[in-house]
Amino acid sequence: MKTFKFWRSEINALPLLVLICLTWLVGMVVVAFTADLIAPYAYTKLNLSERLLPPIFFGGNMDHLLGTDELGRDVLSRLLYSIRISLLVAFSSTLISAALGIGMGFLAAHFRGWVEQLVLVLVDFQASMPFMIIALAVLAFFGNTLLLFIALMGFYGWERAARIARGLTIAANEQGYAAAVYDLGASPWRVYLKHILPNIASTLIVSITLTFPEVILLESGLSFLGLGVQPPMTSLGNMVGYGREYLQSAPWILLAPSFFIVVTTFSVSMVGDWLRDRLDPTLN
Amino acid sequence: MLNYLITRLARASLTLFLILTFSFFILRMTGDPAMLIMSPDAPPEALEAFRKGWGLDAPLWDQYLGFLGNLLQGNFGYSMRDKSPAMALFISRIPATLTLAIPAFFVKLIIGIPAGVMAALYRNSWIDRALISLSIAGHTVPSFVLGLVLVLIFSVSLGWLPSGGDSSLKHIILPVITLSLGGAAVLARFTRSAMLEVMGQPYIRTASAKGLKWHMVVKHHAMPNAAIPTLTVIGFMVGSLIAGAVVVESVFSWPGVGRLLVTSVANRDLAVVQSLLLLVGTTMVCSNLLVDALYGWVDPRVRNSSSQAEK
Amino acid sequence: MSTPLINLLQVNQLTKHFEVPVTGGWINRSASLRAVDGISFNLNEGRTLGLVGESGCGKTTAARLVLGLMKPTAGSIVFEGHEISATRNAEWRSTRKRMQMVYQNPLGALDRRLKVIDQVTEPLKIHQIEDARTQIEKAQNLLGELGLSSTHWHRYPHELSGGQRQRVVLARAMILSPKLLVCDEPVSALDVSIQAQVINLLQDIQDKYGVASLFISHDLKVVRQVSHNVAVMYLGKIVEQAPPEVLFKSPQHPYSQALISAIPSVSHRKNHGRVLLQGDPPSPLFLKPGCSFAPRCHLAMPVCFVSQPELTPINDQHSAACHLITKYAAC
Repeated sequence: MKTFKFWRSEINALPLLVLICLTWLVGMVVVAFTADLIAPYAYTKLNLSERLLPPIFFGGNMDHLLGTDELGRDVLSRLLYSIRISLLVAFSSTLISAALGIGMGFLAAHFRGWVEQLVLVLVDFQASMPFMIIALAVLAFFGNTLLLFIALMGFYGWERAARIARGLTIAANEQGYAAAVYDLGASPWRVYLKHILPNIASTLIVSITLTFPEVILLESGLSFLGLGVQPPMTSLGNMVGYGREYLQSAPWILLAPSFFIVVTTFSVSMVGDWLRDRLDPTLN
Repeated sequence: MLNYLITRLARASLTLFLILTFSFFILRMTGDPAMLIMSPDAPPEALEAFRKGWGLDAPLWDQYLGFLGNLLQGNFGYSMRDKSPAMALFISRIPATLTLAIPAFFVKLIIGIPAGVMAALYRNSWIDRALISLSIAGHTVPSFVLGLVLVLIFSVSLGWLPSGGDSSLKHIILPVITLSLGGAAVLARFTRSAMLEVMGQPYIRTASAKGLKWHMVVKHHAMPNAAIPTLTVIGFMVGSLIAGAVVVESVFSWPGVGRLLVTSVANRDLAVVQSLLLLVGTTMVCSNLLVDALYGWVDPRVRNSSSQAEK
Repeated sequence: MSTPLINLLQVNQLTKHFEVPVTGGWINRSASLRAVDGISFNLNEGRTLGLVGESGCGKTTAARLVLGLMKPTAGSIVFEGHEISATRNAEWRSTRKRMQMVYQNPLGALDRRLKVIDQVTEPLKIHQIEDARTQIEKAQNLLGELGLSSTHWHRYPHELSGGQRQRVVLARAMILSPKLLVCDEPVSALDVSIQAQVINLLQDIQDKYGVASLFISHDLKVVRQVSHNVAVMYLGKIVEQAPPEVLFKSPQHPYSQALISAIPSVSHRKNHGRVLLQGDPPSPLFLKPGCSFAPRCHLAMPVCFVSQPELTPINDQHSAACHLITKYAAC
């Protein structure tokens, strides 16, 4: 258990940029949880008499800080809910992808033989096609509910974690500490959970921090195309998609969510980079 | 070397086969295509007729074989919307996509590689720092945002360039830029690290200690060796170009294969989606194979490994 | 002190062949790599058998076979009266308490995330021996005996020196009080001055705990010091076996002679009769008939290229596998 003093000194050691990004991310998470409480309006509330109002400093008013969209819905409220949905999808998918990847990697490394070959073939398959295309195909065939969508996104990037987990586990098993612990008589469960996983955790975390922003981008891209999060739910990409038609007349509809997409993805990348440098200074 | 190529070819064929089977079974697994296309409350006879027409009432194995047979004959099925042959449909769109993809590929190379090399050579200078910032931007800004922002600036505000359609050369500029910038940034970053790693190697120090002029060292020792990992990244570029095309064509209303895919998915036009899946799969497999072959040719360690006994 | 010597380990005709793919042109053939080719030896309780030979002669494979880490192709291993099997079931895991391994690379063998004290208590936790407090006590005592004071107990492996790490590995191996320690090149990775310390430590452990040891090394000087008995291996076979004083004074097998004459020593004059091995060691994949050493042997006779010599006793302590022995013994 690390002490409070330890964490405080860690925070002080952060470069300013990383600190800002971390704060932004914490803010986003808070928004995700409290969207219900802080949003001034329900995100589906229509008000056709107040369509296409610009944001506050561009001719709008206090009622709608970020203006309204083509159906009179408050952009700010929709934005807050979108953050929640987008983050929900990104977190869940990243977790699923990590668990799937680590599990497959361990299976391949532990059993070798045909199990390993099977996993490698699957990894190859996944790595050889751009995920966007696979996702589109699945969406075409299976249709789209939020749960399905999250499950689909959960298949993004698992092959990276699998490759890493497999490689590091094989190395540990063959000549290293894992072999030694087996020789002591430990059961495979103990070896994997107590010895191998903690040792490869830092490399895996790095891979996961790479996956997370990419999932955000992927989800927003699919939602932008109208194939991701479906109405009435709203996501950041969704909003950009709807706002596209009003690019000329009401650009704030798509600029607000775009801004959040970019800054959030950037923040996660920055924090991820910093984590990587901290956890494994040999990587560059 | 031959051994290596044959292994790669075998794996490529296996992957392709998997893609075929995947797309076949997924179609059949999702429930009744007949009900998907026609509404669920269509009369049973109409559904039955539809199924017969599409051969969906035969046993699964027969359907599979029929599917493979059809493929070999070049029959990719028919668009369920307008009954035109799927293959003809996507072939007609390929040139439009290539018009964007090929220039974008070269733009990525022309911008990305020199930028990366320069950043590596002038490490920690402003060039390097600017490059890193730009490449982070390239990585974090999604292409649709980039495209829309470019349109906002260059089309709406400045009126220099058109925002959609494909009638003139001017129309190509924004889509190609959007398609290539993200990848160029990633490529630059990667080239930079590859160069840095190579230049830290002892043999580079030896080369320059021999008295070789620095630019010769870079040209003859550093760059060729850094080319090897860079080659792998170039292989990835093909994939990202395809994925990027999907979004970019939608943003700019460009009548290419990407846009076709999006509309087919939205319309659940399964035959078209399936054939596009196969098209993309084949392209990827071929491009990976090409990269593997080039790799084997360029990297002498791979070229000469077949003569040793493996342990 | 005449404690009756109890037979702890009996190895009989132990063989391990690996199928190795050999790429030659288009077709992949596979050849049989005879890593261990029918070796037999005994080890008594509390004694040390040194297994010596060049890299690739099969000594590490033999070690792994003895410990049950690998399945032999043929032959038997009897430990404490029971056959050792390589199947990793509960019984196998339970046998771990009786035999342990000490590794060549101590840093690689230790989990770098665990402190020293946790490394040593790990075996106790695995086999669920005693409660947490007793486990820690036992570990601390053992570490103290091995020369690691309390300042080291909460350090991580990479914070220790090579010699200290090897002590940790030893402690971890000894905490279960095994009867057999298999040491695979335990000092090869250490500086010479540290080697002496660790070797003394091993001998102290043996004296104190009565643990038998299979000591594997390519370094003759070290083997000479620690062993009660030495077996020389060449390409998977034992070519000579004798107590160290006997072996080093009068080696009978040409290979042993070459090895021993190569030991640098202050007392020898220049070129005192150094036996030089000709040729390259043949590949263990494509063995020709006859004695596997014959191509490099300076005393080879025609019969050596035809039939393989068996390990023949010269007297009750000393045996060698060479046609010269049988030839002279017959005279």
